[in-house]
Amino acid sequence: MFVYYLDLALRSLKRNKVLTALMVIAIAVGIGASMTTLTVTYLLSGDPLPGRSQRIFYPQVNPSPHASTKHGPWDVMDYRSAMDLWSARRADRQALIANATVKLGAPGSGRPPLMVPTLATTADFFPMFDAPFRYGRGWSADDDAGRTRVVVISDDLNRKLFGGEDSVGRTLRLKDGDVRIVGVLAPWRPSPVFYDVRGGRYSNGDTASFFGRPEDVFVPFAAAEDLVGNDFDAFTCWAGWDSANASLQSSPCVWMGLWVQLDDAAKVAGYRSFLASYAAQQKTLGRIAYAEDTRMMGLMQWLDFNQVVPSDVRLQTWLAFAFLAICLFNTVGLLLAKFLRRGGEIGVRRALGATRRAVFAQCLVEAGLIGVLGGVGGWLLTLLGLWLIRRQPVAYADLARLDVAMFLVTFGLAVAVSLLAGALPAMRASRIAPALQLKVL
Amino acid sequence: MHFRHILSALGRHRIAVGLLVLEIAFSCAVVCNALFLIGDRLERMQRPSGVDEAHVVELFIGSVTPGSADAVMAQTRTDLAALQAIPGVASASVINQTLFGNSLSSSGVSLSDAAKAPSIPVTQYMGDARLAGTLGLKLAAGQWFKPDEFVTREQLISGSPGLPVIITKAVAEHLFPGQPAVGKTIYAFGANRVVGVLDRLVQPRDSGPAAYYGYAMMFPVNLPYTEGAYVIRVKDASQREAVIQGALRALKASGPMRLITPKYAFTLESQRDKYYRNDRAMAWLLVGVCLLLLVVTAVGIVGLTSFWVAQRRRQIGIRRAIGATRGDILRYFQAENFLIATLGIVLGMVLTYGINLLLMRHYELGRLPGYYLPLGALVLWVLGQLAVLGPALRAAAVPPVVATRSV
Repeated sequence: MFVYYLDLALRSLKRNKVLTALMVIAIAVGIGASMTTLTVTYLLSGDPLPGRSQRIFYPQVNPSPHASTKHGPWDVMDYRSAMDLWSARRADRQALIANATVKLGAPGSGRPPLMVPTLATTADFFPMFDAPFRYGRGWSADDDAGRTRVVVISDDLNRKLFGGEDSVGRTLRLKDGDVRIVGVLAPWRPSPVFYDVRGGRYSNGDTASFFGRPEDVFVPFAAAEDLVGNDFDAFTCWAGWDSANASLQSSPCVWMGLWVQLDDAAKVAGYRSFLASYAAQQKTLGRIAYAEDTRMMGLMQWLDFNQVVPSDVRLQTWLAFAFLAICLFNTVGLLLAKFLRRGGEIGVRRALGATRRAVFAQCLVEAGLIGVLGGVGGWLLTLLGLWLIRRQPVAYADLARLDVAMFLVTFGLAVAVSLLAGALPAMRASRIAPALQLKVL
Repeated sequence: MHFRHILSALGRHRIAVGLLVLEIAFSCAVVCNALFLIGDRLERMQRPSGVDEAHVVELFIGSVTPGSADAVMAQTRTDLAALQAIPGVASASVINQTLFGNSLSSSGVSLSDAAKAPSIPVTQYMGDARLAGTLGLKLAAGQWFKPDEFVTREQLISGSPGLPVIITKAVAEHLFPGQPAVGKTIYAFGANRVVGVLDRLVQPRDSGPAAYYGYAMMFPVNLPYTEGAYVIRVKDASQREAVIQGALRALKASGPMRLITPKYAFTLESQRDKYYRNDRAMAWLLVGVCLLLLVVTAVGIVGLTSFWVAQRRRQIGIRRAIGATRGDILRYFQAENFLIATLGIVLGMVLTYGINLLLMRHYELGRLPGYYLPLGALVLWVLGQLAVLGPALRAAAVPPVVATRSV
């Protein structure tokens, strides 16, 4: 029966090509617009560490010595707090992070020095965040302790400097010191670059920069202290700081993050109480004012707190669905016109014994066929939309691609929309009284 | 026009009419709000900065083994002299942060030095005696810094007592509503005397609520080039590229090996362009969506009206046979569309308002100004009339003889 209805539907669609084209185009445009924005939202709101994110946490204390700044901890910590928590080693894994943009030279390559984004971190960073290696490996905890001057570089930088070959063992010049390459990452594009996410709630929804690329150079934190000096990026300072004469380590500034991995609920609870007791102890020592102002969010909670999906993207999603709704109304209207125009034909079928249910099913098959055609058009328009987004000057541009899941959603949505649109007109058509229609014929 | 007849005819197609009304209402709501969003973005992109942007270029110099603080300061003075000597340059200065740049430095400013005093975040510009002239800033009250008031960055941060400050009118109106600000004291780096009020100067980039955008202040500080960027005022806007090239050559010649590249030399206008490119992309996207939406709505109107025309061929023929002119038929369909569009627009106004309330809650948008409603209504009325014209003309062309045929 289904095949027969499909044949009838094809005939009917061919009979009025203009009306069919209008309906297919309306669905295609609505699907194309909403799937383009939905794909972007889906890519930007996904889990950057699937399977592990629930074990990654971001502990924070408020290091301010002033009683007037009770506003929740700053997004990063001062040197002392971060170092104390990191060296206590109470978590299964822990990594410090601090960012800097540093001059990098490749001696012998003949290239002028570059300014490269650099992450100072500790040995656990690579296993904890599943960073994939192409050549070599990360450094060890001994390298952290021994202030060893080694680096891990990104695949991008390795291509730029060494044409993509195995560069482990080569020497680079980071600011004024020589560093040895111990590892080269495989292409790695967590979205967002979650470990650097901070300050999102101050950015008025303009958070596209969280979706840039990871740093090009990773260097052990202790070695970076020696090499980079005061050039780390500070998040903010709670008092004046004379950067020419005092070190960043002793400054009243917050500039370091700490990520920890806690493998079960008991350890999470344990770490929370450790954090609280650390803050309480620091308060007794008179270093900080608010012992109770500590916080430890999970990775996904932290991303949520920082509103990582840019507000423009959310706005576009709403807009696209309003658009889809209008296309839906449009299709309902056109299908209604199409089915009721065939009152005579339906009257004959009913008079010959077709049940209302059969007429309803026949109409729905026709609507579904329009949905499939609209889905093909919508898929092409989605590809076009994503291509347009890839040409936009936004940090996440290169991420905008359609994966298998979203490809299936495209067709699912198209057929669902057309069946929804077809339901009311099909119901009307199936209630046509045969006698009345036959009289007019 | 016989509106009563039209209404009773429409009553026979309640579902189809309801769909058209809904479609028009949704279009009206989305188009009104999208137009409002476009207006909002355009307004944002056109905010004046208070700086004479057309005449300013900037250069960032990477510091490479800078040496002692005195040596860097001496190098800065040499560089500035070399920049001043370039033909076409009106003045050159060092500034700690540039408009539309990546970094933003700000301090809490309050009216007392008590730790709990309410404060507002104000961005701080620091620079030498030529800076105000280089940027083309305008004073609304008070005066510029005196030549003997300039200090080093360290002296400012350690809160040397009584350092003067120039604040913007926006800050002055917030801190001293209705009073002259010149001569008052604010607390930023210790206690600072307000000596002047700027007409306007803005944050390097948006930070915090929109009202904060105009909160800025200036301090008289002689900075080394490593603490900021060189800004240069050109005499003639057409010379900007030539001046940038000249400045790069002059700086390369004036000191030790440094990171001096055209990659870090910009005109201020290109920086503004880059800063607002997301807003521009969003505005174009909204324009595109509005147009597509109107096309889809028009398609719906054409489709349903064509259906009605086909369905009423006989009735139209009868009306024509008993004396109705082609104009009567045409006007009938136009009036019918006008009625449907009006219903849709009325419903659309309510929807527009509702969507605006949602947007206000989630996107820090203002209330939709009233004039967008008649604008949206006009757009949809015109669209409806244009869309109905084709089918209506076809209806008017139905010959009276149709009435005499049985099918």
